Amino acid sequence: MININRLVKNYGRFEVLKNIDLSIEKGKINYIVGPNGSGKSTLIKIILGLVKPTGGEVFIGEHKINSDSDYRSKIGYMPQAASFPENLKVREVIEMVKDLRNHKSDFDLDLTEKFRLEREMRKKLCDLSGGTRQKVNAAIAFMFNPELLILDEPTAGLDPVSSSILKDKIIKERNAGKTIILTSHILSELEELADNVIFLLEGRIYFYGTLSKLILTTEQKNLERAIASIMNGAPV
Amino acid sequence: MRTLSKIIKYQLNDVFRSKWVVVYTAFFFLISYGLLTFSHDSSKVLVSLLNVIIIVIPLISIVFGTIFLYNNKNAITFLLSQPVERKLLYIGLYLGLIIPLTLSFIIGTIIPVIIFFKVFNENFTTFLLLIGAGIFLTMIFGGIAFLISTYNEDRLRGLGISIFTWLLLSALYDGIVLLLLQVFQEYPLEKVSIALSILNPVDLARIIVILKFDVSALMGYTGAVFQNFFSGGLGFIIASSALLIWIILPLFMGMRKFIKKDF
Repeated sequence: MININRLVKNYGRFEVLKNIDLSIEKGKINYIVGPNGSGKSTLIKIILGLVKPTGGEVFIGEHKINSDSDYRSKIGYMPQAASFPENLKVREVIEMVKDLRNHKSDFDLDLTEKFRLEREMRKKLCDLSGGTRQKVNAAIAFMFNPELLILDEPTAGLDPVSSSILKDKIIKERNAGKTIILTSHILSELEELADNVIFLLEGRIYFYGTLSKLILTTEQKNLERAIASIMNGAPV
Repeated sequence: MRTLSKIIKYQLNDVFRSKWVVVYTAFFFLISYGLLTFSHDSSKVLVSLLNVIIIVIPLISIVFGTIFLYNNKNAITFLLSQPVERKLLYIGLYLGLIIPLTLSFIIGTIIPVIIFFKVFNENFTTFLLLIGAGIFLTMIFGGIAFLISTYNEDRLRGLGISIFTWLLLSALYDGIVLLLLQVFQEYPLEKVSIALSILNPVDLARIIVILKFDVSALMGYTGAVFQNFFSGGLGFIIASSALLIWIILPLFMGMRKFIKKDF
C-alpha cells in the first residue's frame, strides 16, 4: 500500500528522518511507536504531503507523492488535536469537507451516530469541548470511506466509552480491508489493535514486523519490556 | 476554480461571523459620519478621510492579515490534509480576508455619504477615487501581511516585522525622502521624487487622491510636475501598474513559500 524509499528529512542541520525504507502492508493496522521527537509525526505528515521531504520518495499504491493533492481524497486523517475554522458550526465543517473532497454519496455515518454528534451539529466549533472536537475529528476522518486511515494519537482526549467505540471502528475498518496507520503512546492499545509495529528511534526504523515477532526477537516477557529494551539499544 | 470558490465561501462564512468585522465597519462609519456632521465642505471631509484611510487601512490590514494566518494555522493544516491544492488555499485565504476587510471599509464609509448625499454633489468622483485607494491599500497590505507570516514561524517576530513595515511605509519613508530632497536640494529632483513616491504604495495612493483636489497649485513647482505626470496617460498607467505590482509581488512571493513550506 505504501512504499517509502530512502526518505530523508532535515530541519536545518537537524536530521529528523535518516534514510528510511519501509513498505506498509495493505489491510493491516500499523502502529508507529517511538519516544517524543523520534520522527513519528514527521513521517505521517510526509505521507500526507504536509511536510516536504529533503530526499527520497513515497508511493501510495502506484502513485508517487509530489506536490499534487488529489491523492488525499483516498486518505482519512485524524490529527492529534484538530482545529477547524472556529466560527463555523459542526454541520458546516462537515459540509465543507464533503464539498472540498467532492464526495457526494456513500457516507460512513457510523461514528457520527455512535458518538451522538447529531445534537452537536448546530454548535460552533469554538463552543465545543476538547473531547467533542476530537469526536468530530474522528467522524470526519472515517466519513468518506478512505482506503488509508492515518490516525495520530486518536484516543487521546476521549473518554473510555468513546475510546472503545473508536477502537471497535478501527478494527471493523481493518477487517473491511482498509490500511490503517496509528501512532500512540498507550501500550495496552497497541497490544489490543496492532497487526504490525513500526519502531522509530532517532529518525531510524529499528523494527518493523508483527507484535509477536517483536517480543520474540527482543527475548522479553511482554511488549512493554520489549519496547524498553529496544530503547535501551538492544539489537533487533 | 470551483475549489477556489468553495474555499472562499467557507472562509467568508467564518470571517463574517467574527466580531472584528463589525468593529471595523463601525469604526469607518463613525469617522465618516462624524466628519460629515462637523463639516459640510466635501473637500475638507475628503482630505480628513484620506488622512485616516492612509494610516488606518495599512495598519489594520497588515496586523489582521498577520494574526489571521497565525491564528488559523491548525485550520490551514487541516484543510491541507484534504485534497486541496496549496496554491488555491493561499489565494482562497487571502481573498477570504480581503473581501470582508474591503466590504467593511466600503459599507462603513459610504453609508454616511449616502445620508449626506447633497454634500458630495461635486466631489463624488474624488470620493470614488478615495474608496479605490482604500481597496488598493487593503489588498497591498493584506498581501504583505501574508508574505510576512508565511516566512516567519514565530508569531511575535512576524507581528513585529509587520508593524515595522507599516511604520516604515507610512511614516519613516516620508522622512527619509524629505531628508534626501533636503541634502540634494541643489539638483533637479522632480523626477527622483516622482520615482520615490511610486516606490511607496502609501505615498502613491495619497498622491493620486490629493491631485484630484485643486491643491497642487499650493505645492509649487513640484506640485505642478506631479500634476502633469499623474494626470497624463503615461503617468496614470505607471501609477496603476505600480499599485498592481505592489499587490501581485508580495502575494506571489508569499504563495511560492507557502507551496514549499512544512506544516
